[in-house]
Amino acid sequence: MALSMKIQASSLIAGQRRVRPMTGRRAVVIKAALELKAPPYALDALEPHMSKQTLEFHWGKHHRAYVDNMNKQIAGTPLDGKSLEEVVLASWNGGSPTPVFNNAAQVWNHTFFWESMKPNGGGAPTGKLAEAIARDFGSFDKFKEEFKAAGLTQFGSGWAWLNADNSGKLSLSKTPNAVTPVVEGKTPILTVDVWEHAYYIDVQNRRPDYLTTFIEKLINWDVVAERYAAAQK
Amino acid sequence: MAFELPALPYDYGTLEPHVDSQTMLIHHTKHHQAYVNNLNAALDKFPELKDLGLIDINKVVGTDKVPGDVATTIRNNGGGHYNHTFFWKVMTNPSNTNGPSGAVKEAIEAAFGSVDEMKAKFNAAAAGRFGSGWAWLGVKEDGSLAITSTPNQDNPLMASLPDTTSMVPILGLDVWEHAYYLKYQNRRPEYIAAWWNVVNWEQVAVNFDAAKTGTVLL
Repeated sequence: MALSMKIQASSLIAGQRRVRPMTGRRAVVIKAALELKAPPYALDALEPHMSKQTLEFHWGKHHRAYVDNMNKQIAGTPLDGKSLEEVVLASWNGGSPTPVFNNAAQVWNHTFFWESMKPNGGGAPTGKLAEAIARDFGSFDKFKEEFKAAGLTQFGSGWAWLNADNSGKLSLSKTPNAVTPVVEGKTPILTVDVWEHAYYIDVQNRRPDYLTTFIEKLINWDVVAERYAAAQK
Repeated sequence: MAFELPALPYDYGTLEPHVDSQTMLIHHTKHHQAYVNNLNAALDKFPELKDLGLIDINKVVGTDKVPGDVATTIRNNGGGHYNHTFFWKVMTNPSNTNGPSGAVKEAIEAAFGSVDEMKAKFNAAAAGRFGSGWAWLGVKEDGSLAITSTPNQDNPLMASLPDTTSMVPILGLDVWEHAYYLKYQNRRPEYIAAWWNVVNWEQVAVNFDAAKTGTVLL
């Protein structure tokens, strides 16, 4: 069309940047949405300690919903395009969390949880981490007792955590709902989900049995040791 | 005298298919029983508190009437025992349940426009309660009906807690995952929708009449 060619020619001649035609709506640039990361093992790989059915719901429905809902909430906002960690910290908003926080933090927490476990896990840590556990808890048995107690006494939904500071000192904490020690300035190295959806299919109300199984059969101590080393860098 | 687990007003299978019998069995004999046991253990050293009775124990949560070292235990387990005792009674055989009528229906229409609009608000409160908790329909101090939700085992009797809307509950729904996970898993909205089939509107009317005089029934 003659008119559009004229406009093209004149904008080129003038050395101006091509301007997009005005439309009725502000064009929304879709940035890459944050993704649901798969656990580092098949959904049935933790059997018989954590069932495939649990993983199908816990990862396939709960974790997936947190990702989808978070992406819907941040699309077109300043958080769109930021990393997950940035979204978690920003939405924590200094302790007055925005609606994004519950979803974003739960995305982070669940990925951290899957990566804290492995098939044929459990057993005991070795090396520097084992020494730190003995030093900071008295013994590995004492650590297991206290970690289990933290998980048992988090009333309602939440998480229990093993954290390390940058001098290598270990501590336990527990948090409600979506809260994560990351927003409290701590560096977690291990977590267990104590929302009922984490264990109800497998052991129903028996949270103590769930925690014992997690500790004895599921913890990926190699990953925990890597995280421990990283916390001190 | 120690608190006891009250019997269910019906069989474990009575609320099927909306609330499954395995859930009712575990919910009643394990979860509710644990709240009773923990409450009794905590009150053992505080007979004056025990003598208040379950309703007043809930009402003094958050006040200095509860000694600091048992405050959280009393809140969680006194709340849990009241909430579940209340809950079993506001449910009934699905064939029994019609809908609200009479004074409570008028009050619902006055407060919300219609029964359906009340249900929509209630459903939103129940679905929107992040983590564990309850949704409630209750009578506020000014006599009007309102809907609220509470976290964990808190309830609207706990007027002294900072974020609690003070009400006498007339209807409540448990949205802890243990209340629905075996049958509904992550599908909480489906559980909430199905639960309306087992609401005991007669009990709701009885609760409402008492609440209008400021009385909390148990």
